[in-house]
Amino acid sequence: MSPLILAFVFIPFAIEAVWVFWPALQGFWLSLTDWDGLSAPTFVGLGNFHDMFSDPIFKTALKNTAIWLVLFGGLSVIGGFGMALLLQKERRGVGIYRAALFTPVVFSLVVTALIWRVFYQPDGLVDSVLRGVGLGDFIRPWLADPDTALYAVILPALWRQIGYVMVLYLAGLKAVDPALYEAARVDGASAWQRTLYVTIPQLKGVNSVVLSVIVIDSLRSFDIVWSMTRGGPYHSSELLSTYMYSTAFQSTQLGYASAIAVVIFILALAVILGYLIRAFREET
Amino acid sequence: MTQRLKTSGYHLAMGLVSFLWIAPILWVVVISFRSFDDVAANGLGSLPHSFTFSTYKSAWQDADEFRALINSLVVTIPAVVLSLGFASMAAYGLARYNVPFRRTVLLLMLMGNLLPPQILLIPISRFVELTGYFDTLIALIAVHVGFGLGFYTFVLHGFMRDLPREIQEAATIDGAGPGKIYASVILPLTRPALAALGALSFTWIFNDLLWSITVIRSGEKMPVTPALLGLQGQFVSSWNVIAAGTVIAAVPTLAVFLRFQKHFVSGLAIGAVK
Repeated sequence: MSPLILAFVFIPFAIEAVWVFWPALQGFWLSLTDWDGLSAPTFVGLGNFHDMFSDPIFKTALKNTAIWLVLFGGLSVIGGFGMALLLQKERRGVGIYRAALFTPVVFSLVVTALIWRVFYQPDGLVDSVLRGVGLGDFIRPWLADPDTALYAVILPALWRQIGYVMVLYLAGLKAVDPALYEAARVDGASAWQRTLYVTIPQLKGVNSVVLSVIVIDSLRSFDIVWSMTRGGPYHSSELLSTYMYSTAFQSTQLGYASAIAVVIFILALAVILGYLIRAFREET
Repeated sequence: MTQRLKTSGYHLAMGLVSFLWIAPILWVVVISFRSFDDVAANGLGSLPHSFTFSTYKSAWQDADEFRALINSLVVTIPAVVLSLGFASMAAYGLARYNVPFRRTVLLLMLMGNLLPPQILLIPISRFVELTGYFDTLIALIAVHVGFGLGFYTFVLHGFMRDLPREIQEAATIDGAGPGKIYASVILPLTRPALAALGALSFTWIFNDLLWSITVIRSGEKMPVTPALLGLQGQFVSSWNVIAAGTVIAAVPTLAVFLRFQKHFVSGLAIGAVK
């Protein structure tokens, strides 16, 4: 084995070890401690995890993360898949429609957040339109009302994610053998039946990729909430990720924040393992 | 006839959806050219009654988005080059040679990238403080390289593994060593994958918020994505200036997307077809 090749593999591995593996191990260790960042961390065992049960903000954040997973995840899959079905056939104009739906994907979530904040402003376009169609009574301070804040943040997140999921499904649809559709058509299957019995089963691989991407993305979601509401008002749009961040860097309860990060990790674990198993089954 | 009707119905519906999708962006662009008096008098929801570039001047100079953009590029370009460079080295070794524990190494590297970043935030902010790199762009570059490596290595590994054996054998017979083969045989053949990952990682790193606010503290070192949040605080309720700042921050990734559209989309689709 040439030493050069060993160095080729070892150097990147070492870089990742310094910036990922080692910090991750520290993160797990810190979740078992009480630490204010000044004095030395004190070991408290599972105390932090025990405290979560009596922490109402944690419960809200957990509940919101579940809502986020279902609404953001579910609707972006439905929307993205639907759009991919509508735009899969190469015909005139399709390129433009695809590009339109895809454009928000290239923007940062901060840009997305600001675009929608302008929208949601009192006297902004949302309110003008509602007033214009006679629904003025529904108008409220969308991001400042605890009843609507979470949903007002999910909407822009969806706006950006649907185009992304659509691209994943478009790639998957392209890989489906057209002969299968032809065979189904000859057998007299309707368009609806072809989608249900040919397309969806053929997309199994893509579905599992999309599922992993969606779950991992949902649990990581931070930027859009942080840019729009910082988790407020009154923690009504708090996710585990934003709660972790403010616990760590604003109230400097570093041990407790690490424990929240570990909860995020555990929630993502099944999906991460599934992704790894699938990735490595193909290796052999 | 019904076919014609169906086709126009389709284009009408899709045209409407596409327009609605783009409308928020267009609306912000419109607002960014409105004067402060116009917004104050007519509200954000009204059609424009004015046209000005002064909003862009405010965002560019007073809010110093120019410097923020430079910071972004100073971080993004080296981070993309370094991550793809290191990842292609690792992928080459792992895909083309019988390196000991190669499967374990690849597995660990990919696993690192799938970790939720939250678990790394506190240890990394401590680590850069202890090493004296807190609040430096170098630390931010290093974080992006370290965290991205695993995924890029995995994708490039898949790509390099599928290159035919014979090319490498031919080069070996011609007397080329592993380094030469990497640089002049494998890398050129990996260009499509590198282009796709390059376009993708550029936007990822450029668009990052979480790592920037964890590692950088001072305003003058902030890249443009986190700086945009600061702009919101600085120009409270001057939504026309905020809109202009938003447009400025969105232009670079949009430009990369338009220039490398094909690579970008194929980069996203990598993995979807597997």
